[in-house]
Amino acid sequence: MGNVMEQNEKSVQELKTELSKHGVFTTTFQEIYNWGRKNSVWPLTFGLACCAIEMIATTMARYDLARFGAEVFRASPRQADLIIVSGTVTKKMAPQVVRLYNQMPEPKYVIAMGACAISGGPFHSGYNVLKGIDRYIPVDVHIPGCPPRPEALISAFMTLQKKISEQQLTGEERPRHLKAELPSEFPVPEFGEHGLEPTENAEVWNPLKVLQ
Amino acid sequence: MAETTINITIAAEQVKAAIEAAVPGCQVEILPNESPSGQHSLILDHEHAVEAAGFLRDDPELRLDFCSDVAGVDWLDAEAKEKVKVKKLVDGVETEVEEVKTTTTPGYLEAVYHLFSMEKKHGPVVLRLRTKDRGEGARVPSLTPVWRSAEFQEREAFDLYGIVFEGHPDLRRILMWDEFKDHPMRKDYVAPEDEEEPVAAAQEGEQ
Repeated sequence: MGNVMEQNEKSVQELKTELSKHGVFTTTFQEIYNWGRKNSVWPLTFGLACCAIEMIATTMARYDLARFGAEVFRASPRQADLIIVSGTVTKKMAPQVVRLYNQMPEPKYVIAMGACAISGGPFHSGYNVLKGIDRYIPVDVHIPGCPPRPEALISAFMTLQKKISEQQLTGEERPRHLKAELPSEFPVPEFGEHGLEPTENAEVWNPLKVLQ
Repeated sequence: MAETTINITIAAEQVKAAIEAAVPGCQVEILPNESPSGQHSLILDHEHAVEAAGFLRDDPELRLDFCSDVAGVDWLDAEAKEKVKVKKLVDGVETEVEEVKTTTTPGYLEAVYHLFSMEKKHGPVVLRLRTKDRGEGARVPSLTPVWRSAEFQEREAFDLYGIVFEGHPDLRRILMWDEFKDHPMRKDYVAPEDEEEPVAAAQEGEQ
């Protein structure tokens, strides 16, 4: 069965190549839809710490994120489809980050930029720092580094583009935003007496277990 | 610049004498600093602290008109273990047995004030106020009525260490949210998410 499918796919590709030689362009709806989406990602104008400076540098002339179609930083979450969590998420800021993510329309993506956003980084043992934004919202791409260089952010952005272009529009493999039963908003943590409540969203956060 | 700076070592005694002369009944204790900086500090008693602070600010010789910094310090209950030889009857024979004697010094909190004079170009003079204990008695008089610059920093010490500054005009939390109950800079504070961290559990398993 798999072999037949593979051969079908192969002959379709061959046909497409052959047709393109004669000036006929063929594509699938999914392909052209994802191609459009991945080349026009609008990030949210949103920075938290020193990583934001690297993010700004990435958008400027030298590194020029515009080459990837992501130069339109929107100042409203309603118009953005990518949130780059660039910097330390303090416990006081975490509810606002989740709220901003909730306010973005689907499909939406998250890049956790730098050691702080992915784990708390150098402030991991601090009383006031969230140990990774993936405790509350689903993260698509993690970038390590403190702060990551603009090249690393570009690499993360290209990884995200690859992820977008591979998303299925139908079938069981389709992404979260195309499954009606899955949430598009996530619970905003509240300021509790001893910290954020809850401390994580178990549906989103899948930490690595340390085997004894 | 050098000749306009007070020799700190002399200053501590001079300041102590000046305060005790100006504020009758005020008890000032010098806490020596053995390091090369020699910045000895003055521990004031609660009852006369505000009056003594007012004197330091207004005295024409000292004119400590600028409070640059207020800090909190947490001193935990200190346990000192000492080996003591005790004579005991063991199987009917009197023998010397070593016993460990533990003495516990109750902990306290401390507010530290760093004072300078803009007018005289000298300083610092370091003041310390100590609380009775780390619980209900964690109270010191506020020096905000004397130095307005202490207001936010006393709020910070209240927020992070739980020192209650009596006489402070607006004692609220300044960094953590109002609903927060703990004092995170205390040495025995553990954040709720640290209590059940898998990495911490693994380290305990190794020990």
